[in-house]
Amino acid sequence: MTAPAVPMTQQREREGLMDWMMTVDHKKIGILYLVSAFAFFIVGGIEALLMRTQLGTPNNTFLSGEVYNQIFTMHGTTMIFLAIMPLSVGFGNYIVPIMIGARDMAFPRLNALSYWLFLFGGIFMYLSFVTGGAPNAGWFSYAPLTETQFSPTHGMDYWVLGLQMLGISSLAGSINFIVTILNLRAPGMNFNRLPLFVWMTLVTSFLLIFAFPSVTVAITLLFFDRQLGTNFYLARQGGDPLLWQHLFWFFGHPEVYIMILPAMGIVSEVLPTFSRKPIFGYTFVAYSGVAIGFLGFTVWAHHMFAVGMPPAVNAAFSLSSMLIGVPTGVKIFNWIGTIWGGNIRLSTAMLFALGFIAMFIIGGISGIFLASPPVDYQITDTYFVVAHLHYVLFGGSILGLFAGAYYWFPKMTGRFLNESLGKINFWLVLIGFNLTFLPMHWLGAEGMPRRIYTYHAGFGWDFLNLIQTIGAFTIALGVLVFVYNLAISLRAGKPASSDPWDGATLEWQTSSPPPAYNFAVLPTVNSRRPFWDAKHGGHEQDSMPKVPAGMPHDEILVHGQEHAFHMPSPSIYPLVLAFGIFVAMFGFLYMHDLPPLGPLPINPLVILLGVVILFYAVFNWQNEVSAGK
Amino acid sequence: MEHSVSHSAHEHEMGSLGVDTKKLGMWTFLGSEVMLFTALIATYLVFRGKSVAGPTPQEAFADVTIVAFNTLVLLCSSLTMVLAHEGVERGDRKRFFAFILATAALGALFLSVQVYEYTKLINVEGMGLGVNLFSASFFTLTGFHGAHVSIGVLLLLITALRGWRQGFTKEFPLGVEMIGLYWHFVDLVWVVIFTLVYLLR
Repeated sequence: MTAPAVPMTQQREREGLMDWMMTVDHKKIGILYLVSAFAFFIVGGIEALLMRTQLGTPNNTFLSGEVYNQIFTMHGTTMIFLAIMPLSVGFGNYIVPIMIGARDMAFPRLNALSYWLFLFGGIFMYLSFVTGGAPNAGWFSYAPLTETQFSPTHGMDYWVLGLQMLGISSLAGSINFIVTILNLRAPGMNFNRLPLFVWMTLVTSFLLIFAFPSVTVAITLLFFDRQLGTNFYLARQGGDPLLWQHLFWFFGHPEVYIMILPAMGIVSEVLPTFSRKPIFGYTFVAYSGVAIGFLGFTVWAHHMFAVGMPPAVNAAFSLSSMLIGVPTGVKIFNWIGTIWGGNIRLSTAMLFALGFIAMFIIGGISGIFLASPPVDYQITDTYFVVAHLHYVLFGGSILGLFAGAYYWFPKMTGRFLNESLGKINFWLVLIGFNLTFLPMHWLGAEGMPRRIYTYHAGFGWDFLNLIQTIGAFTIALGVLVFVYNLAISLRAGKPASSDPWDGATLEWQTSSPPPAYNFAVLPTVNSRRPFWDAKHGGHEQDSMPKVPAGMPHDEILVHGQEHAFHMPSPSIYPLVLAFGIFVAMFGFLYMHDLPPLGPLPINPLVILLGVVILFYAVFNWQNEVSAGK
Repeated sequence: MEHSVSHSAHEHEMGSLGVDTKKLGMWTFLGSEVMLFTALIATYLVFRGKSVAGPTPQEAFADVTIVAFNTLVLLCSSLTMVLAHEGVERGDRKRFFAFILATAALGALFLSVQVYEYTKLINVEGMGLGVNLFSASFFTLTGFHGAHVSIGVLLLLITALRGWRQGFTKEFPLGVEMIGLYWHFVDLVWVVIFTLVYLLR
């Protein structure tokens, strides 16, 4: 081994809030993502509790219909765009560069910009609650319900412009992941050795860059309809509400895989570790993820079976939708094969991963039901659909993310989460989850429509709805236990070594938490389980050349025996740039509302102010780069 | 554009894929842009013939001379962009500045002609965002493209300014090449738009 490297820092370390605002370290940005997204998850959860309280008893007046509409719209929007996606991005940010043996993401400042745009986008959407009403047309925002005639408040405008910010954030983040994973791999880390979480993050990023532009166009057209008097979605002017549905679901269905694939990646890391076996059928697990990604672009119209497309079209989309069951099934069999005969440790992370498999299978099977147009005609827009989507998104994504939290918390903090509390957390969430969502299958089959804010007594829905409400509060209790666990473990959790689970991938090779530069000497990879082999000598060292300090692009300055390398300097300008966009969005939002201030029209001035801030940030950002920082 | 992980002693930062990191980022971005314009063009095509009121594309685009001229302008700007990049690779300052400014000027000329065309369409043909679907989807599509050209012109001018103030640093040719990728992409999109919107009216 060569002598340890020392990082060259060009600026003194900043502390406290400024440090977090200026950070370009992928690990800190990862933590920012995780903390903010978890906060949004709590808010989305509170919205769910409000809905369940309203629906717990028939003819309830706890929430009015209008408020209920806002709450369920923001619940969906929050959980999808502000919780599950950024939680996955948070783990990806923290773990992916370490897993591939890199020192940071490819574009650290762009990474910071992605985070700040996400945060400002989320705040922007939530400001609508205090400025005259949140969006209220569902997270899918079907036209013409979203047109000014039916949604006269600014709620939809907040939704559109907030989503634009989240879109730029996701696009920038995905480009960063793709370039990082393709180009910053350590020597020997070829595609057949990439950890599966990295594989799934790569597929997810490709899905995002190809799917998101579709909804960008959809919401731009909607905004033009609302603010500039066009008629894209207004049938009476020849426009077509179905255009919205096609553009939206062309994004919306890949989005489903954007949310589930990272969780599948996490599970594919957790199961082998706690079964003390390599993943069963690595190539199948990796390439079935790629197959899901490709097929994900061919199924969007299965969300639209009931709108009256020709039978041949419905049949084609039904076929492609069912086809997705094949690579998904391949993954499930491989996971079962992984734990089969393994030396299983039922840690909390493992419990959540096993819970993921079980719940995801139920969600997958109800998905096959919905992929069949005749069945879909019967149960579309009922609670059956709500049951299905929560089994894959909560039973799938969220349980997978919990597994990731228990698995990687020791790496991120140097302390374990409490395992006893973890098990209470797991069982409360799992039991509460099934109490909440299993009865929805029956209610849906009996015809209870989704998105209604109340129902009459005597339909036979009362008992199951009450059970669901009890279940929802049980989930909430489980999440509270998790929050408590976080709080006590951060301060007084059992100290964790650098390799607390006897892991196989590179993140366990560096300290817990890792230093800013991740690895003093970047690793050379000889197998799919580089760290396992280093510990247990499982793999013959092949003829890979040893590269002393990292990848070719690392600047290596030799000072005696020490290797030095540059780490990117912190910068405030990603935050400033995101803030500029945030300001400009208000100008667009109130395009027609604000009265002119004397002779000066206010809105163009607000937009101008935002653009000036934006250019100021770009200019200084560029200068910092030119100055070689 | 972006500040990459480490400043390299090498001219290009060849990563594990064998491609420069920043260039790979630009290609990925353009991949996403393809989908953006696909959605916009699809919207325009879906609404073809669906307008309930005039004017129609046949009336508005009866004479495409001026747009054909504009297409020529943009195509020429791709040529000058290539020559500017060649100039910077050779270290030929005169050649570089002449051609990058020519590229920016051609871009600006394209935008001016587009503004003239818009004014004519609005004032003479009676088009407007709220007039009919054809107008709305036409202005949205070409407006998005025009915005891309505007950003391109701005980037070209900034690049020229950087080359003027800081000289040809080691990373400079790569910056020029990346602007070039973007510029050719925007040009290519225009060829598709010109064909589908104006020629196949």
